[in-house]
Amino acid sequence: MSDRVQKYSAPVVILVIILILWEGVVAAFEIEQFLLPRPTVILANLVNLVLLTPDPTAISMAEVDARLKANTLVIVVPAGAPDQFKSAVAAAAMLRLPVGSSTLLLLPGKNLSPILQASWFTLREALGGLAIGSGLGILVAMSTARWAVTREALMPFAIAVNSMPIIAFAPITNNWFGIDNPFSKMVIVALMTFFPTMINTVRGLTLVDQRSLELMRSYAANEFEILRKLRIPNALPFIFNGLKVSAALSMIGAVVGEYFGGPRIALGVFITQEAALFRFSSAWAAIIIACGLGIALYLLIIFAERLAMPWHSSFR
Amino acid sequence: MAKPTGFLSGFKPALYFLVIALLLVFAWEGYKLLGAPGGKYLRGTAPVKVGDERVPGPLCDSLGWCEVELPIRTDDRAMPPIKDIVLTIFEPPRRGSNDMLLTILFKASLFTLQEALAGFVIGGLLGFALGVIFAHSNLLERGLLPYVVASQTVPLLAIAPMVVIWLGGNWFSVAVIAAYLTFFPVTINTLRGLRSPEPTAVELMNSYAASTWEVLWKLRVPAALPFIFVALKVSATASVVGAIIGELPSGIADGLGRVILNFNQYYATGPEKLWASILFASLTGMAFFLIIAVLEKLLVRRQPVDLV
Amino acid sequence: MEHPVILINNLNKIFGEGTANAVHALKDISLTVQSNEFISLIGPSGCGKSTLLRIIGDLTQPTAGDITVNNKTAHQARLDRDYGMVFQAATLYDWRTVAKNVQLPLELMKYPRAEREARTEKMLKLVELGDFAKHYPWQLSGGMQQRVAIARALSFEPSILLMDEPFGALDEMTRERLNLEVLSIWDKTKTTVVFVTHSITEAVFLSTRVVVMSARPGQIAEDIAINLPQPRNADTREQVRFFELETEVREALRKSESQKL
Repeated sequence: MSDRVQKYSAPVVILVIILILWEGVVAAFEIEQFLLPRPTVILANLVNLVLLTPDPTAISMAEVDARLKANTLVIVVPAGAPDQFKSAVAAAAMLRLPVGSSTLLLLPGKNLSPILQASWFTLREALGGLAIGSGLGILVAMSTARWAVTREALMPFAIAVNSMPIIAFAPITNNWFGIDNPFSKMVIVALMTFFPTMINTVRGLTLVDQRSLELMRSYAANEFEILRKLRIPNALPFIFNGLKVSAALSMIGAVVGEYFGGPRIALGVFITQEAALFRFSSAWAAIIIACGLGIALYLLIIFAERLAMPWHSSFR
Repeated sequence: MAKPTGFLSGFKPALYFLVIALLLVFAWEGYKLLGAPGGKYLRGTAPVKVGDERVPGPLCDSLGWCEVELPIRTDDRAMPPIKDIVLTIFEPPRRGSNDMLLTILFKASLFTLQEALAGFVIGGLLGFALGVIFAHSNLLERGLLPYVVASQTVPLLAIAPMVVIWLGGNWFSVAVIAAYLTFFPVTINTLRGLRSPEPTAVELMNSYAASTWEVLWKLRVPAALPFIFVALKVSATASVVGAIIGELPSGIADGLGRVILNFNQYYATGPEKLWASILFASLTGMAFFLIIAVLEKLLVRRQPVDLV
Repeated sequence: MEHPVILINNLNKIFGEGTANAVHALKDISLTVQSNEFISLIGPSGCGKSTLLRIIGDLTQPTAGDITVNNKTAHQARLDRDYGMVFQAATLYDWRTVAKNVQLPLELMKYPRAEREARTEKMLKLVELGDFAKHYPWQLSGGMQQRVAIARALSFEPSILLMDEPFGALDEMTRERLNLEVLSIWDKTKTTVVFVTHSITEAVFLSTRVVVMSARPGQIAEDIAINLPQPRNADTREQVRFFELETEVREALRKSESQKL
């Protein structure tokens, strides 16, 4: 077995074992579904929520049921789909009609199921905040690289603010920019991501090997050249470290910020509402999506890191 | 030969912090001054009432800047004066209550801090144990570490509602959240630190025929301490945040979460109170962080190295 | 009376045996070290002298051949803590004071506290660092750190001392001074020393025998007895006989290199 396969198979095997145990334990001990749903139930819920649901204004569910009983093949297509798409689907379906059925029903679906819309909304908050916060963080850090005094002054403050529960400011931003406005959460995410990025970038710009600095000075390089040719490349691993932390924080900040209030079409609000209604399997499904998005952001940063730093020892 | 850094140098960061905090206070009040009465527009661009008429503002006439909307309103409701925020701490939050807001906030932060501390200790011990296990078993590390990492990307605070309800909505369930937020950084950094000693340092131990246990406690753990403290500082903050968020959906009345929610609800009647409580929550987070930083200075006595 | 402390017979060491990148580091090494001898191993870079030292110390194992230390296997000798080792880097633990660093092996060997402290004090005095017991490694110069490492290696009075280019990173004057110290310690404690070095002067100055090794695969090219009078001092280096022996060693080194070609 190749080394790579071996590396990836171990976690996969353990995941499978955990899932089987989870399912087994819940079934065997007959744990209440609202306390700890079974993985299969969560998965079913996830599939249900994510797939297109038929637009209830076009046709009632009772009618759909009746048609299904009459052996009609029911297919849901996106509401905005062009006619050619619908014809193509109809043609393909004709080939697969169940024996004995003679009709095909194409239903227009809502464009996106609610949970996907909510995910997109929250993801935009996270991405926007991440971009603003880490972008500013890197810029501010770069500007302090030149003058040690600004750095000495800003760092303690940055470290202190980084130790505050910034999310607690969500009610304030909600009041300033409006509860339904995604910008109010974006500000929170920006604040949360600004400080780790800034701190890490400053560290990367200053923790340069003394001998490398002396080498540059022996070439009579000016401060700007030193910044460009030495400090910044040196800082790249640190910057990406900060970005990884920020990526993880961004999704959290967006979702939790919504706990203090947000529009209905937001993931955090969705989760709290489902939990309050004891519909845990759908709350879990939403959490899995939030999880997945967080991981995706993190992987994005790792991918960018590999592009930017192919020479780094961790990738050799 | 290097000299150990002096005692007074520890005060410099605190001084800088205060300077910047003061600058922020000035910026706050300065921004407020930019607002026209009413708070919505930039001073000088809003229409002014002269007698019974509404006349365009002076800047509108001269520069053409008419009704420039400020990004954040400057009225006292949106941006309470700093003076008010400070003063409100020393008054009772509402009529009929004898305690100063300060007392209430102080008690609430102690309560939340206790929850955070409990979780912090549990998470820290668990993280340390996991780090030690992973450092010694390649198999377990390969199998479990990806999940430890993945657990970090779970917007854990999103699970807060569920965990809290599962476990009964008491201080323990909140502590569990704090523990979850702590154990990941501690695990990763313990692992890194335990593996940090140079091969020659390990060979030295081998030349003394030291057992794995002895190598662990006499070499690896002391070498890991700086790394572990980096993680503990991050976790200190995270535990407090986790505790506050965890309290939100629960019925817990004694913590900072409930206090913030209350003042959020009654924002209209006293925005300074919400600000005061949030700033207090921030101070709690910072205080915990500082305690760990001080502990680090005491326990990790060696040439200061800045670890990312 | 002959008292072989280390007996090496037809020792071979191949790194990565069986793979395409196999490196034959040591070939057919046979060497006998008597009690209280001071042996220097010298040779070109990559000749395997450090590897040989580490095999004696059981930090790595031979591929073929045998080695006996104090009439036991090298492995057993290590478990019995028969030798002390000094590496090129002082390898002091930076969270321990100087005194605590010297005590490290004593702690592991479960010496009672009072005895640990007594031995540490004695050792630090021996290397003339008694005043620095409470200092931390980073407060000491390189030479001082290396002296602490020597004190540490001797603290449990091993019968054998293995030293791997311990003074390689130091300047000439410090080196010469430390050479004198090592000799004085050797004289007082009557240990057997195996010393790896790059420096011909150092090898001749310190040893009773200089073992010259050839380039990879390392073999023993020559075994030169150094019959300079004891105790040696700063003047020894300026004697004619010293120069003659240095030349002998240098020529042996040259010959071993050209033989390879």
